[in-house]
Formats: sequence, structure tokens, C-alpha cells
Amino acid sequence: PLPQESVDPQKTAFVLRKAWTLYSVTPLYRFRRARLRDYARLLGAFIAAEKRKGLAVEVGVELDIKVALATLADLRGSELDQAALLVQLSSRSQASSRSSEDKLVWSGWFCSVFGDDLSENVPEDFTSLPLFLSHGPESYTALVGSWFQKTFDCCFRRLAISPQNLSWMVAMWAGCKLDRAASAVELVFSVPRLAQPLDISYAIHPEDAKALWDTVQKTPGEITQEEVDVFMDCLYAHFHRHFKIHLSAAKLVKVSTAVAAAHCDGMVKILQSQYLPGVLMLLTELAISQIQ
Amino acid sequence: HLATSLPLPSKRDHLRPRIDLVVFMIDIKSKYSLKNVETSLAHVDASYFLGKVCFLVTGVGRVNACSIETNAICKLGEAYGSPVLFCELELEGIRVATAQRLLRMLQICAGHVAGVSALSFVSLMRNSDD
Repeated sequence: PLPQESVDPQKTAFVLRKAWTLYSVTPLYRFRRARLRDYARLLGAFIAAEKRKGLAVEVGVELDIKVALATLADLRGSELDQAALLVQLSSRSQASSRSSEDKLVWSGWFCSVFGDDLSENVPEDFTSLPLFLSHGPESYTALVGSWFQKTFDCCFRRLAISPQNLSWMVAMWAGCKLDRAASAVELVFSVPRLAQPLDISYAIHPEDAKALWDTVQKTPGEITQEEVDVFMDCLYAHFHRHFKIHLSAAKLVKVSTAVAAAHCDGMVKILQSQYLPGVLMLLTELAISQIQ
Repeated sequence: HLATSLPLPSKRDHLRPRIDLVVFMIDIKSKYSLKNVETSLAHVDASYFLGKVCFLVTGVGRVNACSIETNAICKLGEAYGSPVLFCELELEGIRVATAQRLLRMLQICAGHVAGVSALSFVSLMRNSDD
């Protein structure tokens, strides 16, 4: 199944149990790791300037935004990958300036996990970090995004996840071995062409899901499209037997397992640190195929 | 004549005109439509597969709503020796062009185009795919 590399759980704890919005990012032009402090200052100035222009994030609240950029050496697949880049926006409101407590208001990070497909073909002077994850108000995401686009001539696009990819994810993640008791495997479908939208939620006991996947998967460590199709067909057939509804005619919009949850609008929540590299590798692959 | 699956109800067999072309529609957003087509194929007489069957894949405009692998559909077309057309019904231009293509194919299959038979036409299409 998924690669489990020894990643320092402390450094990656911030990733877990948060809902991240996903973007694909084209390679950054003339990005220099040594200049992170300069970039932080420039981004901070840009945000302050935009606020003064009246594009304020929070109206009526005076927020001083501090920007921090850091490299996360551990978050990468192989030595060929660029190390991840973390951007954090913290606020120090005027009221509590005496207590000098910074409150984290937004975070975003760029990464590449086994993104050789893209980084191999990228010309010199370009840094390949195709996956971007953000958590926090959309307005800050827009500000940070537009600064990066202007400064490094790159392009951000929301990462959409198709029902096909979601099927792949649920099959992969439902089959993961977990030490602790796992939560249910849940699939959410949206039924098209109805006067009022209808969502169907299909929850499966995690042990049953894993047992099913184990009978389908032929080679441990390898997953094929056929195996994913058989797994999904079994789930659809079971549902049809009980409810006479063909889930295969509906649109799979969200999958949720004990390892991670993903939504077709490009949102993910990762719950287990041991499978983090595997999940990021899959998301990196999706980001790269959206770019190409 | 429009049907949601095959076989057609035998009650109306004697009223039905000759069928010149069968177009199987697969919605790329619905895995169910592919399964439905696969089971319906079994009810089609073998002689139809000499140029009187084609697969029409709809909804290809929305890459992000894809529930079926296009590879699987192309393999289906190869297995049954029939052409696969891709279209997006929501775009009027493509809808009209596709309708015109199907109409032209129907004319050939019905024998209305002198010098071109259904079989010769489908082998032309197959060669252009390679």
C-alpha cells in the first residue's frame, strides 16, 4: 500500500486533522531558499499595502500581520524533491500588543512528494513545488497567492478531484493497516438532475472495507485500476441489493476513511501521520497532472 | 427510437421499422451507464457489429466529473470493432456537429449513400484512428 517513511511526527503535526484546500502550482521562477527572510518581509509589506488600499480582510479590526517563511526539510519524497515551503500569517491585534502573543491566522505550504515527473522536465532557475495546501480565510489565500504569482511568475489553480480519483483514494486508504480502532469508511454521493439536491451517505465498517480490499488486491504494494473498479463495484452492488439505488449513476463527491478524507472540490484532511507521505504523493501526482 | 436498455420490449416487435444504426450512449460521469451498455451489448445481433453500431461518449467537457476511464471505453470500441465518438452535449456547437455526424452515419448504414456501405465506412474510420 502506501509508503511509510520515518518522518519526524513533531514537525508534521501541524498537517494533521486540519481541512486543507488544495491547489496546483506551476514551477516558481528564480526562487531562492536563502532569501526566505526577504520574501517574508516583502510579502508582509504587500499584505499591509493591500489592506491600506481598502482590500482589508477583516473590516473594523486592526490587525498587524506578521509573515514567516520556513523550509520543512522532512516534507519531501526523495532527495530529488524540493523541500516543502511553509508560509504562516500571524496577527498581533492592537489590544493585546502588550502581551505580544501572536495568533496564527492562516497557513499555507508548498510541497513536492515524488514529483519527479515534473521536476525532471523543469528548466534551470525553476523550482518545482506543484502542490499547495492552505488553511485559513480565503482572503489571505488570495493575497498570498497573488504575491507569489507576481513574484515568481507562477500560476495557482484549485485542484479538482474527479470521482475516479476519489475511488482510487478510498480503495487505497480503506486498505491501510491501522493500529488503533479506525473510523468508518464513508462515501458521499450527490444525485444529479433532481429538483432538490440529494446527497447519499454510505458508511461501511472499516474492517469490512479492509477485508473486501484484501480479497481484491492481488499484489501487496501495487494497485491497479481494475482492482479499484472491482472494489467499487462490490460496494455499489451491495448498496443496490439493499436499497435498489444505483450509486454508480450518482457522482461521488467525498470519501472519508481513518487515514484521510477528500472532497471533489479539492479539500483534504489527513488524520494519520504514518501514511502522510503516501497521501501527499498521491496529491502531488494529481497536482502535476492538472498542470501538464 | 430511444431506449434506456436492451432488449427492446418484444410486444412492439411487429410495429418496429428496420433498425439501421445502434448508438450506445455512455455518460462519462456515470459508471452505471457503462455497465448498462455492456449488458445491453449482449442483446445485439452480431451482424450489427459490421458497421451498424457506434459508441457515443457524452459529458467529456467536464474532466473533473469523470467517473469512467476513457481507456476502458476505447477498449470496448476495439473489442466490438465499432467507432467511439466523444462529445459534450452541453455545448450547442458540438451537439449539432455530433448530430450531423450521426445522421451521416445513419444515411450510410441505411444504404442511402451510393458507393459506401456501412462496413466500408467503419473500416475507413478504424484506419484513421490508427
